[in-house]
Amino acid sequence: MNYRFIGKSLPRSEDIRLIQGRGRYTADLAPPSAARLFMVRSPYAAARIVSIDASAARAMPGVLLVLTGDSPEVASLGTFTSKLRRKTPDGKPNFEPPYRTLARDRVQFVGDPVAAIIAETLDQAKDAAEALRIEWEPLPAITETKRALDPDAPQVWPEAPRNICFVFEAGDEAAVNAAFAKAKHTVSVTYDISRVTAAPMETRAALAFYDSAAEAWTLYAPVQNPHAVREEAADKVLRIAGNRLRVISPDVGGGFGLKEVPGPESILALVGARLIDRPVLWVAERSEAFASDFHARDNHSTATLALDAEGRFLALRVDTIANIGAYISLNGLNSSTNNLGGLSGVYRTPAIFTRVTGVFTNTQPTAPYRGAGRPEATYAIERVIDVAARRLGMDPVELRRKNMIAPSQMPYDTGFIFTYDSGEFERNMDDALALGDWAGFPQRRKEAAARGKLRGIGLSNPIEISAGPVTGTLSESAEIRFDSTGSVTVTIGTHSHGQGHETSFAQIVADLLGLEPEHVKVRYGDTELIEHGTGSFGSRSAVAGSVVLIKTADRIIARAKRIAAAHLEASPDDITFEDGIFRVVGTDKQVGLREVARLAYTLRPSELDGEHGLAAKMMVAPARPTFPNGCHICEVEIDPETGACAIVRYSVVDDVGRIINPMLVEGQIHGGVVQGLGQMLFEAIVYDDGGQLLTGSFMDYAMPRARHCPSFACHNNEVLTPVNPLGVKGAGEAGTVGALAAVANAVADALSPLGIEHVDMPFTPERIWRAIRDARRAAP
Amino acid sequence: MKPAAFAYAKARSLDHAIELLGTREGARVLAGGQSLIAALNMRLDAPPLLVDINGVSGLDRIERPDGQVEIGALVRHAQALGSQVVARDAPLIARALPHIAHPAIRNRGTVGGSIAYADPAAELPACLLALAGEVDITGPAGRRTVKADDFFLGLFETALGPGEILTAIRVPAATPQMRCGFAELARRHGDYALVGLAACARADGAGLRDSRFVFFGVGATPVRARKAEAVLDARGFDGLDEAVAALADDLHPEDDIHASGKAKRHLAGVLLRRVVREMQDPWA
Ligand SMILES: Cc1cc2nc3c(=O)[nH]c(=O)nc-3n(C[C@H](O)[C@H](O)[C@H](O)COP(=O)(O)OP(=O)(O)OC[C@H]3O[C@@H](n4cnc5c(N)ncnc54)[C@H](O)[C@@H]3O)c2cc1C
Repeated sequence: MNYRFIGKSLPRSEDIRLIQGRGRYTADLAPPSAARLFMVRSPYAAARIVSIDASAARAMPGVLLVLTGDSPEVASLGTFTSKLRRKTPDGKPNFEPPYRTLARDRVQFVGDPVAAIIAETLDQAKDAAEALRIEWEPLPAITETKRALDPDAPQVWPEAPRNICFVFEAGDEAAVNAAFAKAKHTVSVTYDISRVTAAPMETRAALAFYDSAAEAWTLYAPVQNPHAVREEAADKVLRIAGNRLRVISPDVGGGFGLKEVPGPESILALVGARLIDRPVLWVAERSEAFASDFHARDNHSTATLALDAEGRFLALRVDTIANIGAYISLNGLNSSTNNLGGLSGVYRTPAIFTRVTGVFTNTQPTAPYRGAGRPEATYAIERVIDVAARRLGMDPVELRRKNMIAPSQMPYDTGFIFTYDSGEFERNMDDALALGDWAGFPQRRKEAAARGKLRGIGLSNPIEISAGPVTGTLSESAEIRFDSTGSVTVTIGTHSHGQGHETSFAQIVADLLGLEPEHVKVRYGDTELIEHGTGSFGSRSAVAGSVVLIKTADRIIARAKRIAAAHLEASPDDITFEDGIFRVVGTDKQVGLREVARLAYTLRPSELDGEHGLAAKMMVAPARPTFPNGCHICEVEIDPETGACAIVRYSVVDDVGRIINPMLVEGQIHGGVVQGLGQMLFEAIVYDDGGQLLTGSFMDYAMPRARHCPSFACHNNEVLTPVNPLGVKGAGEAGTVGALAAVANAVADALSPLGIEHVDMPFTPERIWRAIRDARRAAP
Repeated sequence: MKPAAFAYAKARSLDHAIELLGTREGARVLAGGQSLIAALNMRLDAPPLLVDINGVSGLDRIERPDGQVEIGALVRHAQALGSQVVARDAPLIARALPHIAHPAIRNRGTVGGSIAYADPAAELPACLLALAGEVDITGPAGRRTVKADDFFLGLFETALGPGEILTAIRVPAATPQMRCGFAELARRHGDYALVGLAACARADGAGLRDSRFVFFGVGATPVRARKAEAVLDARGFDGLDEAVAALADDLHPEDDIHASGKAKRHLAGVLLRRVVREMQDPWA
């Protein structure tokens, strides 16, 4: 099929409102009557709450409501629970800590909410917070992933001995052991994946309305999945019927996995709105975001690769300690246990085994963040390959090439978790080698050396699951509805918080129905407008969205054919549909789709199968997940005197399947790579020994800026997947998935002349300088 | 984030400002507010009264008295950065200014505020000390001038007494013999320095005299590396290795969240080499 719009870089229709300041974010929607919610949070990483005296706070000017964990309206709420359950070492279901809206008795991290104050103004609420008398008994705290299992580490929950939340295994340990025993080479690398936070431009927020006549709530909140948020809030926490809670997620300034739950603050805004019978607004301040947003990643791992004499991969083993935080967030166990299939990489490795030990610590719960386990998996395999190449004196590119899955092997069952649908991995790599001028690197290295700089090059071949999970892909719903003027509105259960889906879905529907994209209005993010939706995360929207839109459009066309047939006085079987026009075969009789839509409201009921209007609604799950893949090449320059590291060249070849809008894909790749670079160069959440959060603002938590990024060279290898009709694979996370390993490999390469094999992220001057100093000291 | 309650008064004149400062113990001058307001919001400070001097006229001038450059306390970083006089006659300061924060902050933050606040990682205090400049102060007891050497007393502690206002700084204007150098290492451009160095000396044949090498980000105040200076004055550029070694006596940086004390000392040595090389051959 020839597409008029799919594959074209149409400008983003949403930009007009977003760039001109006409976006409507949650905080913009608060009416003047809204009271303000302020959260009182624990200043301790671990403490017993001896007592809370709220009497003085309640008497402060403007204060409307003070809630603590013992307030009956709060104590009667349900707890937040995890979607996934894993097992403890003795096979029992993992301990699920009581994750309450407000802490009772104990706080478990700096920022754990202990009270909610609602006042006329935010300042009055903050003043009242200071009048709250809380007696604390501080307790020892543990924040460090590596140390959480130590016998002498403070215990976060007595119910979880040695701070073990779960132990999760995948793969065939016996086969891996057997392969290790007879392998010519085994190579190990031990590393940390740092703890980071998403830091979206729009912080979390909640605006709650209560309609006392209807006894129903409306919650505006920037979330990626309003329906799941409604389920969590209504079913589990408030314990009310879902039809009493409408969740609207308006314009959202970035999600990245952070915004998938109602969170305590939304619940308290809802409870408060009912109690004071006024709208309640909460908006996280940036410093509050650092102390209350979920964090992400935070793993300590050892990856071991076994190879035969020729460099063929025989087995891979990865042991990980994953920091879960103090409580388990809704998707808190996903990142560390759900996307492990990526450990296979794009290679044939006959035996793989991984063991993940989830640990509780006195830190914010961890949650998905762009990639959610995918970058970590790619990091494991791509780092260990580079270490192996170096130790065995092999070329890292040729070592990869030797073990790559060939297109002729598709679909390819990795034998571990994933079965890949399609992909030309070697072509990706070869194209990237050309794009990044791999061959010219030695010359660039020489030139850098003349300037006193250490230059390094690194490569990674990311592959990630999209529109999963493997155990059963998540469905999506959509409705295409024509009104009596003949115009069309598409409602869809995915969300858009920066991706540009309003544009890309309009392109798809315009092509399917022969319309102009600007005539297709795309709506999302409202549980009342949309019966059901799964949301946007896991690079799923283009796949799940296109799959459901195609089926829905098919229904529209089928029904419209019958209406056209009635109008044109022909048999539906004689009607064809092309470019938005219905024709009676063999005649010049025709009618356009928009006209058919009008007819759907004006013909006699008997001509309309007794049903007026032209609309169709479907819920469809992709048949199978698909696996976007690619190749990243990064070059860095290190100043050996200061340890300062700069990324000087970056090339990406991506296979995201069919590209709906190349500009949007490139934007996703750029943004994803930058988020990866940020983690590698600067970003890291740091606690002190007492569990205090040291990185509590953008002064200390350094984000990457444009000047830290070279101009990215991007190229697409559009390999259509056979597992969905359009052949799309998803592009949301690809950039980040490849970036972590590519940067780390480049840094290791730059430092390799000094005998340095590995440095942990983030590559701060201090870390690199230490590595250089230690290497020079150790040198004979 | 919310400051503790405070009173606010806007001064009409310098005298009025001093009078207002006298009305409440612990009253504080408000200049650009880029450091003070953040400190109040983070509850690191809770003064009872802020005396806003932004309406005081005459404090925002850059002048060129004989052999000197005088920068009024209310001169914004951005204003100084755009000044021809500063570029020509106070090149060390001109070199340092782009490293201060970001445009939005430079539009509000003041030169006087930077000196009065005396952040140990800030650029301008180190420049003032390297240039052997001086500070004009007006207070309840009248006017006085304090040499930079006597101004920076401890962590965020200066010779400014209660109720006193810094009105201007003065540095010697550049001469053909004057050599200056500046370098800093920060995580990202515009961040407070991990380590920085502001240096000034008089070229004397192939050597340097009266050198003043001032490090920042390595202690409670800007720190003169006196042993290193002595080595360089005595041995000239040949003494560079020895001067770098002497930093071990001059500097005692402590660990912070971005760098260890050890790393800072190492980086100070790197900066010293770079700055001295630059002063040796300013046209390179
Ligand atoms: C994100 C960020 C990054 C920054 N990065 C840097 C940086 O890299 N380098 C750097 O040097 N600075 C940096 N700053 C600080 C900035 O330069 C400030 O503007 C400066 O330090 C203080 O100047 P101010 O006019 O804002 O003073 P204010 O904040 O108004 O005052 C600061 C203190 O000085 C006192 N004060 C001010 N003026 C006078 C006066 N005339 N007489 C007596 N006392 C006075 C005040 O009472 C107060 O105690 C940064 C600030 C921010 C917010």
